[in-house]
Amino acid sequence: MESVKKIEKLLEKYFEATTTVEDEKRLRAYFTQEDVAAHLAQYKPMFNYFSNAKEETFTKLETLSEPVKPRIRYIYRWVSVAAAVVLAFGVYFGNEYRIQKEVERAQAEYAYQETKKALNLLAENFGRGTEKVAYLNEFEIAKQKMYKNN
Amino acid sequence: MQQSEFINLVMPFKDKLYRLAKRLLVSKEEAEDATQEVLLKLWAKNENMGQFRSVEAFAMTMTKNFCLDRLKSKQAGNLKLVHSNYRDENTSLQKQLEAEDSVSWIEKIMDELPEQQKMVMQLRDVEDYDYDEISEMLDMKPTAVRVTLSRARKTVREKLMQKHSYGIG
Repeated sequence: MESVKKIEKLLEKYFEATTTVEDEKRLRAYFTQEDVAAHLAQYKPMFNYFSNAKEETFTKLETLSEPVKPRIRYIYRWVSVAAAVVLAFGVYFGNEYRIQKEVERAQAEYAYQETKKALNLLAENFGRGTEKVAYLNEFEIAKQKMYKNN
Repeated sequence: MQQSEFINLVMPFKDKLYRLAKRLLVSKEEAEDATQEVLLKLWAKNENMGQFRSVEAFAMTMTKNFCLDRLKSKQAGNLKLVHSNYRDENTSLQKQLEAEDSVSWIEKIMDELPEQQKMVMQLRDVEDYDYDEISEMLDMKPTAVRVTLSRARKTVREKLMQKHSYGIG
């Protein structure tokens, strides 16, 4: 049985955090018993709480004996997230791919038309080219004539 | 190390891990998950377990870090920790004595403390670790542990006095 004086002293030290673990055990023991001095009763809940808090136990240890279980739960959680992400990407990029294909086809069509146009132009100019060469021929004839005259 | 050996090793302090986790995360479910995770991490490290001076202190530090990370990510995500522990206690408490009721005040008062103070108080007043062990677990200087502890205890006292003088808080 601790004297009240002693407890008061210990309390003072307690709030300055200069008590030892043993001192604190004594304080807790004093406050868990029934008859606490009236002016100290206000501290009772504090020390009782600490004693109570110690009782709380981790009861889920049985899952540790099969440590795979919680992992799986986490994995499922993440797998569903991953699946959702893949799906979203799939839809997004799938659409993009389709649009890209369409654009490509349009571009190919355009390129084809342009090439055709270019080739036509070339052919046309070839025809015109030979005409012009025909003129050159005329020039040649004239030149030959001049040679002969000289 | 065999599984049974590991379980024997963590048995003595698994409750302490859980209580520290619960002190920080408040929610029972969150604390259970956190303890589970820490034990799994510890199990994964089991080959180099011999290197640690004290597996218990190391596990405590892991729990602390895990919970603080958890709190940080919750805050960043702007999510509130979901817990239903309060209500359960209250309904059962209604039948209990007033003295018992003020015991639960302490829990609420402690919830309001800054994390560092919460942890120091939990480790000292609930788990009875000495200052050197706490300073190792929390990576603090022993003097800082004392200062933090004193501050925490005084805050709890002050708030408790307030509740007493105002009646039911």
